[in-house]
Amino acid sequence: MSDDLTRMTAAELSGELRAKNVSATEVTQAHLDRIAGADDHVHAFLHVATEQALAAARSVDDRRAAGEELGPLAGVPVALKDVFTTTDMPTTAGSKILNGWQPPYDATVTTRLRDAGAIILGKTNMDEFAMGSSTENSAFGPSHNPWDLGRIPGGSSGGSAAAVAAYEAPLAIGTDTGGSIRQPAAVCGITGVKPTYGGNSRYGVIAFASSLDTPGPLARTVLDAALLQEAISGHDRMDATSIPEAAPPVVAAARQADVSGLRIGVVTELSGEGYQPGVLARFQQAVELLESLGAKVTEVSCPHFRYALPAYYLIAPSECSSNLARFDAMRYGLRVGDDGNLSAEEVMALTREAGFGAEVKRRIMLGTYALSSGYYDAYYGKAQQVRTLIARDFEAAFGQADVLVSPTTPTTAFKIGERADDPMAMYLADLATIPSNLAGNAALSVPCGLAPEDNLPVGLQIMAPVLADDRAYRVAAAAEAAFTERWGHPLLADATGPASLSAASEITKGAGR
Amino acid sequence: MSITRDEVAHLARLSRLALSDEDLDHLAPQLNQIISAVARVQEVAAEGIPPTSHALPLTNVYREDEPRPCLPADVVLSQAPAVEQQRFKVPRILDEELPDE
Amino acid sequence: MTTPTLVPYAEAVARYEPAIGLETHVELGTRTKLFCGCPATFGGEPNTQTCPTCLGLPGSLPVPSRTAIEYAIKIGLALNCSIAEWCRFARKNYFYPDMPKDFQISQYDEPLCIDGWLDVTVEDENGSETQVRVGIERVHMEEDTGKSLHVGGATGRIHGADYSLVDYNRAGIPLVEIVTKPITGTGALAPLVARAYVTELRDVLRSLGVSDVRMEEGSLRCDVNTSIAPIGSAQLGTRTETKNVNSLRSVERAVRSEIEREAGVLDAGGTVALETRHFHEDTGITTSGRSKEEAEDYRYFPEPDLVPLAPSREWVEQIRRTLPELPSVRRQRLQAEWGLSDADLAALRNAEAIDLVADTVAAGASPADARKWWLGELSRRAHETSVELTALAITPAQVARVAELVTSGALNDKLARQVLDGVLAGEGDPDEVVKTRGLAVVSDDSALTAAIDAAIAANPEVAQKVRDGKVAAAGALIGAVMKATRGQADAARVRELILERLS
Repeated sequence: MSDDLTRMTAAELSGELRAKNVSATEVTQAHLDRIAGADDHVHAFLHVATEQALAAARSVDDRRAAGEELGPLAGVPVALKDVFTTTDMPTTAGSKILNGWQPPYDATVTTRLRDAGAIILGKTNMDEFAMGSSTENSAFGPSHNPWDLGRIPGGSSGGSAAAVAAYEAPLAIGTDTGGSIRQPAAVCGITGVKPTYGGNSRYGVIAFASSLDTPGPLARTVLDAALLQEAISGHDRMDATSIPEAAPPVVAAARQADVSGLRIGVVTELSGEGYQPGVLARFQQAVELLESLGAKVTEVSCPHFRYALPAYYLIAPSECSSNLARFDAMRYGLRVGDDGNLSAEEVMALTREAGFGAEVKRRIMLGTYALSSGYYDAYYGKAQQVRTLIARDFEAAFGQADVLVSPTTPTTAFKIGERADDPMAMYLADLATIPSNLAGNAALSVPCGLAPEDNLPVGLQIMAPVLADDRAYRVAAAAEAAFTERWGHPLLADATGPASLSAASEITKGAGR
Repeated sequence: MSITRDEVAHLARLSRLALSDEDLDHLAPQLNQIISAVARVQEVAAEGIPPTSHALPLTNVYREDEPRPCLPADVVLSQAPAVEQQRFKVPRILDEELPDE
Repeated sequence: MTTPTLVPYAEAVARYEPAIGLETHVELGTRTKLFCGCPATFGGEPNTQTCPTCLGLPGSLPVPSRTAIEYAIKIGLALNCSIAEWCRFARKNYFYPDMPKDFQISQYDEPLCIDGWLDVTVEDENGSETQVRVGIERVHMEEDTGKSLHVGGATGRIHGADYSLVDYNRAGIPLVEIVTKPITGTGALAPLVARAYVTELRDVLRSLGVSDVRMEEGSLRCDVNTSIAPIGSAQLGTRTETKNVNSLRSVERAVRSEIEREAGVLDAGGTVALETRHFHEDTGITTSGRSKEEAEDYRYFPEPDLVPLAPSREWVEQIRRTLPELPSVRRQRLQAEWGLSDADLAALRNAEAIDLVADTVAAGASPADARKWWLGELSRRAHETSVELTALAITPAQVARVAELVTSGALNDKLARQVLDGVLAGEGDPDEVVKTRGLAVVSDDSALTAAIDAAIAANPEVAQKVRDGKVAAAGALIGAVMKATRGQADAARVRELILERLS
């Protein structure tokens, strides 16, 4: 029974809860059990909030029993990337430097989840301060891809993706700055969405790159992602960059699931060299599938996308070098070297050296360099101009197509350790996802098959114009439905690692070890 | 476009990172490689192209001058590394950046 | 640190031409901070007026106050600036414990207001007036930092301290920074011009109602830039920035002292170092602080957590319509209305009594009476008790009432001074004091007759003189009657009665 509950989608759970066929407490317990059984292997969670989750579940059950009308996510579990502040759980951002910090305030996303009655199971693992594509930069060890535990689950929202792919939670929240929701979703064989920038509040999101960070949903179906997105999206007066307009109707679009008459643009620059052949093959098949559903496919060129990666690796480190300055040992978090003799400046430098990992240090220094007087115009200033050109490329492309598509990431999940010492190689994982962060438009990844050479998941990226998130959901849902029909089951059912349900009971039995 | 080890050491000081010689030896070539790669943006002809700092053309987002509840002092100080007289106790400050006397 | 050689001022300005600049920070009197809803009030218990945003906690975000922006625009308009059609906040990045985010949200190359001016008047040693138009480079917005106490050192300053204690109540309070263009061509008057500028600026800001502008409390902070160059030189000299200038007098003294010091440096064949200096109230000289040669690179970039400000021209005009009559215009108007000489006006201004006099006139007194009381008796009292005129426990309305009582004959000057005593002592309004102390002028003839008879009887020779036509001799009799009536007789009436009696 508990296997059945963890197997369900959020939409299904919602229905069962509404119909009172199952209680929130049962649903929550089932997922906590699953975590207890699987997470030693997957390491998706940094903190499992058992008490709080069960208390929240009881509260939902009480309210429903009292006849209260509850929203669709009431009683549905969700995993929260450890970059969102939570008053009742520690928040680490995947780093040692916060040293057990317990925030005195909830992120807006956290508050909205609680208000929706969703059950926060805990905080998931991530690359330190969201910098990375594998969770190997986490100060607490990497998470493992449920498809193959020796491989990365992607990053930086790797913990969230792994949790969903391993059936530890039906829903998860991540943040996407350069692809950090979409890429993990792709390599874990699930759906992940980066909404239009500003679509979800950043208040309470520990900042990496302020003009790029975008909270968003991860789930096993497009509809689930839409349900989660609708629960948390919308204007927030605590975030001056949040979109004032009403959120796009993504749930309706996910149910519409129809592409006939839509123009699909294949972006020339987001394929070819650097892309794994099996990834390209599955992508090509996905495009053909969409065509067979009634879409018109064209090729579009976005010539400045070649410069997206370098522009991103100037803008993001620049903003992060400033955002991370506050971790200075003065007010909270780690303090190293305060022996009564050393100065504040020295204590700051020792603390930051000890508390930050290598990638974070690299990006801080890179950002400091790019913003330095004398270098600003050539680096940061230039990158911001490239950003404008990329936005214009998108505008022109969306004049020829309603949505744009590409593979989400050039390769399938690589092995843990394979790229850890090669920052440039690691950065290439973001090749296809970065342009949408720079332009701010909506983009998502939906599974489109397994690469023949390694049987690992491949993601199809669908990009829609700014504020047209619903269009991406509509196409994604159509693709998902068609693929599920072609395969006979959702992609995840093919997983033979811990994600597979047949292995679930074995893992649960072995949990006592 | 190369960056010297001394420049990297300078960047570390500016960023308040107490890197060891070993760290610097390791990081300098990596930074060099990254800087060379990102310098590609300079290839783009961008005469007259305005920079973008926001994805959406929002302007004039304000709040009203209405007081809102503050955090209690004990919560504010509860996780401070050191506290004295209800203030954050910090090591002696060398830099007279903005002497506030 | 070697004691600097100072060239006597007159000599210094005989050979060198000074150029000055002033950077003033004004704390805005809004109810809340610039980017969050914490109260912006002064004097709370440490760390009781903070929230995630002004503490810069991870994940926090700023949202700017419309009122603070309005006040900044108002200041810009009062200083004749152009208001930007589109501008942004920028991050100024540097590490310092009183900065919660280790960057300050400020404005860099896109200030809200630019290119204005403020006219100031200075008097040279001959008493002739010169008007100087001080150019305003920019007016921009930024957030204030927290406040540190330095513990363990001898003077409470950073040097030699063992550790510091930081209070973030002040972090995030809205500041406006006003930067002048270089002020040149003022010669020996440079220190006076600097002082006059800060004084006029303070008066303008006060009239706008946007700040308390109290230098002693830190709501108006001034840094002075001073450079000198040989007279006739086409270029400006290297400037120094002097901080810790906490009063109008210090502004003047700091400029003067820097000119003397820099002249000493140049005379000795040296070069003036580009640096920040610290002004010492007790000695009146400046000492070296941080060398500006290692000037920190603040790595400014546009604040990504905030969207641009694009104040509509309608809003700007709406704000312009709320500008009050500016102090310089008001002073001219009052001078004309009250028929004052320039010297009279200057006296009033120096005594900071213009508002008091104006309010007293508004309450019904004549300008002459109002000036007489405030600049005379009340100024004396203020000086005696070491308080400011405005701090005296008497209102313009009460002063007006006293003046009225004298005009109507109910009081004479001497009695009036006693009434003032009573009001200042907290005994109530003038009429109450008159009643309680029995200070009314006695003008009832019958009451006076007895005293007059007694005086005549006691001074027969004097009385005879008066009868003989020596009217002036009546003075002694009047004096006797005044003494007998404890000064409460109406002296003029007594004189009349005596003369009648003895004619």
